[in-house]
Amino acid sequence: MDEAIRNTIVAIIAEAGRLPVPANTLADEADLYQAGLTSFASVQLMLALEDRFEIEFPDRYLNRRSFSSIAAIGQVVGELLSQREAA
Amino acid sequence: MGFQEPATRLADAAPQDRSAYGLALNRRARRVAEIAARHADAVDREARFPREAVDAMKAEGLLGAMIPVAFGGEGASLADIAMVCSVLGQGCSSAGMIFAMHQIKASSLITHGAENPWHRAFMRRVATEQLLIASATTEAGIGGDLRNSVCAVEQDGGVFTLGKDATVISYGPQADALMVTARRNPDAPSSDQVMAVFTRDQYALHKTGGWDTLGMRGTCSEGFRFEGAAPVEQILPKPFAEIAAQSMLAHSHLLWGSVWSGIAGAALARAQAFVRADARRRPDATPPGALHLADAAAKLQGLHGALSSALRRYEEAKATEDGLSSMGYAVAINNVKLLASRTAVEVCQAAMQVAGIQGYRNDGAYSVGRFLRDAMSAPLMISNDRIVGNTAAMLLVSRLETDLVG
Repeated sequence: MDEAIRNTIVAIIAEAGRLPVPANTLADEADLYQAGLTSFASVQLMLALEDRFEIEFPDRYLNRRSFSSIAAIGQVVGELLSQREAA
Repeated sequence: MGFQEPATRLADAAPQDRSAYGLALNRRARRVAEIAARHADAVDREARFPREAVDAMKAEGLLGAMIPVAFGGEGASLADIAMVCSVLGQGCSSAGMIFAMHQIKASSLITHGAENPWHRAFMRRVATEQLLIASATTEAGIGGDLRNSVCAVEQDGGVFTLGKDATVISYGPQADALMVTARRNPDAPSSDQVMAVFTRDQYALHKTGGWDTLGMRGTCSEGFRFEGAAPVEQILPKPFAEIAAQSMLAHSHLLWGSVWSGIAGAALARAQAFVRADARRRPDATPPGALHLADAAAKLQGLHGALSSALRRYEEAKATEDGLSSMGYAVAINNVKLLASRTAVEVCQAAMQVAGIQGYRNDGAYSVGRFLRDAMSAPLMISNDRIVGNTAAMLLVSRLETDLVG
């Protein structure tokens, strides 16, 4: 994952994720739901990601797995960014 | 009294034929519902456990019905179990709800315990010994949010101990096993939870709260201090976050909704009997209550349709990788909960309007007060306010479904 993208994702998780633990202590593969991400916060997180990266999550990414870890978010964001560049 | 005679009288059929199995299961459920109905008024009046109904469920082998055939059960589908819930709910709301809660626990074992030898063996025991499973997921200090725990698993070698101030354990003393949520370890955040199974010989319950409520009085959802110890292999390997999302959400809403539809159906059946008696006395005039009955029958039909399509959708979602965890599915299942809980109350209210003072009385063949009181629990069991808020958040991003899917 691109380091700048990763840092932005961690910053957005810290703002919108409402986790009981600091976002910068999470490993890339750590399960965000176990860390306390609620379904409501995952929506806020997604809206913040859409806003910051100027992307839109299509329906097929609207599931638990897409937001299950920093790595999973990074992969989806990366795909959407490259699709946008290709378009 | 509260439920209708079965239309079909077929001999018990072999489980390999799905539709024949469904009919046989329906007959077994009706036999239990008849027994449950005989005691429903006493269960309600005394706020006692529906012992006769649960004994009948065990005698008919219903508690293990959903367990896969490979683990000693019958492999009943969720739709099969929902049908049983609606039948039992007609006989006795509390008995129907206890059956539903047991099956919700069983679904977590089936979905998340199949890889683990201890849980496989336990499922076999549930099926062969007809063990009744209760749930301890709520706790003092978490504000009703089952996705947070204060208590924690404390592991010592191959054994763990757990103490929990459970504000509600429905039918706790009558259960043969308990499934309890807790933090993974004493250092874990409140949301990092696991779920563990305890058998009756592995825990003690000390009553801390009673259950004197408007309705659903027989679920005996009292408060307890739980103290248990068990081998660590009895902890389900999947995080509880996943168990809640993958098996509990859909099973709870669909099985509760089926019980509520049964309660509404029983109330409306009494209202129909009242209208019919009225019409016999005055054959030349349509009884005034008949129009309310027709209106409520349409609502009940709408609820049956919503539950049936949600049960089909569950099977489709289960067959795809992220189906059950998709936002679109969560929105749909939340909507079914809202519809079922509201409709059940509305239909019971309509039944009372139809039967008038005979419906308002607590005695007599047309009494519908118990059904109305029981149904009024539905909008509060996981508050509809919480569910609407949750759906509203998801609809900020989830695509609105506008096409009719056949």
